[in-house]
Amino acid sequence: MKRKCDFCDSEAVVHEITLAGGKKIEKHLCEMHAMEEGFEAEGGGASGFLTSKIVLAAGQKQPAGKPGKREGCSDCGTTFDEFRKTGLLGCSNCYEAFEEQLGPLLQRAHDGATHHVGKIPSRAGSSVDRQQRLTALRRQLSDAVEAEQYERAATLRDEIITTEQDAGLRRGTAASEGEV
Amino acid sequence: MVRDGCSQWLEADGPEKDVVVSSRVRLARNLAGYPFVHKARADEREQIIEVVRGVLNGIGGDIGTGSRESGGGVEWVDLCELPKLERGLLVERHLISKQHSKGSQPRGVAVSSSDESLSIMVNEEDHLRIQVLQPGIALDNALEEIGRVDDHIEAQLDIAYSPRFGYLTACPTNVGTGLRVSAMLHLPGLRLSGEIEKVRKAAKAMNIAVRGFYGEGSDVAGDFYQLSNQVTLGKSEQDILGSFAGQFLPDIVEYERSARRSMLDSRRLVVEDQVFRALGTLTHARQLKADEVLDLLSYLRFGVCTGVIDMPLDVVGKLVLLTQPSHLQRLCGARLDQAERRVERACLVRKTLSEAGV
Ligand SMILES: [Zn+2]
Ligand SMILES: [Zn+2]
Repeated sequence: MKRKCDFCDSEAVVHEITLAGGKKIEKHLCEMHAMEEGFEAEGGGASGFLTSKIVLAAGQKQPAGKPGKREGCSDCGTTFDEFRKTGLLGCSNCYEAFEEQLGPLLQRAHDGATHHVGKIPSRAGSSVDRQQRLTALRRQLSDAVEAEQYERAATLRDEIITTEQDAGLRRGTAASEGEV
Repeated sequence: MVRDGCSQWLEADGPEKDVVVSSRVRLARNLAGYPFVHKARADEREQIIEVVRGVLNGIGGDIGTGSRESGGGVEWVDLCELPKLERGLLVERHLISKQHSKGSQPRGVAVSSSDESLSIMVNEEDHLRIQVLQPGIALDNALEEIGRVDDHIEAQLDIAYSPRFGYLTACPTNVGTGLRVSAMLHLPGLRLSGEIEKVRKAAKAMNIAVRGFYGEGSDVAGDFYQLSNQVTLGKSEQDILGSFAGQFLPDIVEYERSARRSMLDSRRLVVEDQVFRALGTLTHARQLKADEVLDLLSYLRFGVCTGVIDMPLDVVGKLVLLTQPSHLQRLCGARLDQAERRVERACLVRKTLSEAGV
């Protein structure tokens, strides 16, 4: 069963859970009301909400200008149309260049998956290690929210904050004290 | 370069050998800083080969100590210089893909000299395609071994990787872990009882691909089916292995066994008749086609596994491999046309079965 928006009958796509003083505060919002409440969609545009069902206090980084369908990859010149025909990307950078278009495609091919989970090359270094861990945690959090396991979600969110602090990714006081 | 006789994975005994012929794990990897293979120029492909060959030392056998004396180490094969027949042998032994056997661009393969269980294709669809092949079902071991090889390689080379997409591959269907786990199953019971479609449906629901004897794009022959995971992104290596080998495979193996049992219980005469007809053809035919022999050997295998015929199972495995065109020609030491191959094939089968006392 899909959860409805707190303000209207539309399906909620943004879920925020905070625990303050032992009290759980939930927000479930549709796309429109989420934007009104000041949530920013990941990657810009409404579809960003669909991939990120949970909004964290940490700011989402906005991807730099990506080439359109006509423009090719800056490293190897492969265009998205070319990829459509051959099914092959030209180089590592293609994944960045076509990140937006590839997202939904990959989700279809990989049973809804959006992010890598698993082994990391040893030479990728510890910063990648942490990014990886964050990715995994965010996924688990999103799953927990979907399953309405809010206690677990709160624990996971705690872990995410700690990991982000370790990585120095978290600036300022995005998460106020008492919020979990 | 390939050993005389047979491949370890077809010949050797392995767990669940009555249903699982062999199992395999494969990793797709690319070097950072080079375009993917199909966009790489010839000189870049040469460089990729050089870089990879530079780290092959110490792979195979015991990583780190692998020496020729201890039977470890890998042997490098330049596929541009290898004659067509030899390339055919590698395809039939599942050490390289059909695609990799063709073409003129710089490419090669490293094969573990001791048992051919490890092969590393260089410049196939990805810079590196590492595979470990085992008889029967041994995916846990295979994953461990391939992990060691992968660790050894990536300790020395920068591998294309992104935190979001994981290991980057030319085709996005491999991105993430780059891991494909697969098993070659022999399912005559399910096919004969008309339940193979259920397997296909169950596989589809679990995102498991079903292919023929030679993998991608090949038809099913002799009731041999190659099953493999399709999802490589968003699941860890252990999860991919777990849902395939821990969940799906054991169910199919049991399903096949119960199909065999119930066929023998209710229609023993029909089963025996089919098995012995196949045996009769195999021991007496003077000409055998390649796909025909696979179908007949499939019945023979079925008969051996159900105790209808008493003979060692490895003889069947050996024949499955040695009756294929390239192996047959090597055995005869001559190039043979199709008609000649059919005669030699029948001859080899008769001789082998008579030596096995059948
Ligand atoms: Zn609303
Ligand atoms: Zn590119």
